[in-house]
Amino acid sequence: MRNWWKALAVILLLFTLIGGFLIEVPKQVILYESIRNLYFHVPMWFSMILLFFVSTIYSVKNLSSGKIVDDTKAVELVNTGIVFGILGTITGSIWAKFTWGAWWTNDVKLNGSAITMLIYLAYMVLRGSMDDEQKRARISAVYNIFAFVLLIVFIGILPRMTDSLHPGNGGNPGFNNYDLDNNMKLVFYPAVIGWVLLGFWIANIRIRLNKIKQQLIY
Amino acid sequence: MLNEITTLLKKDFTSEFRQKATLNGILLYVASTVFIAYQVFNAIEELTTWIALFWIILVFASTNASINSFKAESSQAYYYYYSLCSASSIIFSKLIFNASLLLVTAGLTFGLFVLLMGNPIENSILFSLVLLLGILAIASTLTLVSAIASKTNNNSTLTAILSFPILLPVLLTAIKASVLCGLGFGWEDCVVYVSTLGLLNLLTIALSYVLFPYLWRS
Repeated sequence: MRNWWKALAVILLLFTLIGGFLIEVPKQVILYESIRNLYFHVPMWFSMILLFFVSTIYSVKNLSSGKIVDDTKAVELVNTGIVFGILGTITGSIWAKFTWGAWWTNDVKLNGSAITMLIYLAYMVLRGSMDDEQKRARISAVYNIFAFVLLIVFIGILPRMTDSLHPGNGGNPGFNNYDLDNNMKLVFYPAVIGWVLLGFWIANIRIRLNKIKQQLIY
Repeated sequence: MLNEITTLLKKDFTSEFRQKATLNGILLYVASTVFIAYQVFNAIEELTTWIALFWIILVFASTNASINSFKAESSQAYYYYYSLCSASSIIFSKLIFNASLLLVTAGLTFGLFVLLMGNPIENSILFSLVLLLGILAIASTLTLVSAIASKTNNNSTLTAILSFPILLPVLLTAIKASVLCGLGFGWEDCVVYVSTLGLLNLLTIALSYVLFPYLWRS
């Protein structure tokens, strides 16, 4: 059972879909049933950051070993992370339209997500501008590490210095305080694990696909 | 190592004084942009506009100044330097050179702003500290990024694309701190922002020191 975690991902996500839409949730003003978006919006960001973090680890590995495999892993993890980032932005945007009244607001966390996207799209542009494989691996690894550390500082420190519309910031009560009751926790935690596993599964498939492509070329 | 740094710095400063290409370019750039801003705004009434404009012009001028910081070290010269001194002394000498260039730029921009659009800053001692730390952070980020970009085919565009998303945390913190200084707030209110800028400085310099040798080797 080497692939037990893939089965776990499927089970958890099926549970998230069914339980997320059917299990009783607390009734909140403004939020109402849109509170169910918590199972989809928040795990996207967790998955994205984890994917980028693991990608950075592979970039470090690539710098120390010089193996192209590590570079392939790093770039495919970033690719998958970008997809999760886009999904997180879309789910957040829809949620914001229904609760805050606008598709996009000038909120620190929204800006943070936009900058994250910009950084990793720039990483892709950087990769596109080099032809030599070894050189591309090394130089993009340097940028990946540099950008990730600064990104963590940005999304870790700045939101705490300014107000945000998000729960738990700027005087807004956090979900944890009263409205994330046991029913919601029952779905939320499996959802997080499920989406993270799905993210790594997708990255895994892309990495293997890349390896096969490279074997076909040489 | 200190010896190597001073020698490299001397070489950079002498070539800069002989050619004056970068400095003159920056002077003209700053003068013309500030003049355009003056034509549009005349006297700026609002503090936030003044500060935002000041930092935006400064960031663009800085990017222009550091785009070519590794131009002289292209291809052949790289191998020569490589045989002479260690990577860390090269990055430190470039960092010091860029930082001093940008400090001159910042001083000039500030002078022009005060001359044309008045000086709204109440707490100028604290503002100069914020300016110093901000410029240092911008210089260290741009130095590493331009080293990365110099390894690729289209240097000038990439420096901007790669550095702007990473520079945003620095800029936002510096602008917030500058607004507080402008309003006349004291040390207690700005200490969070000043220490964040300090932390960003430490991080970028440490990362440059660790990562630059890998760029160098390729």
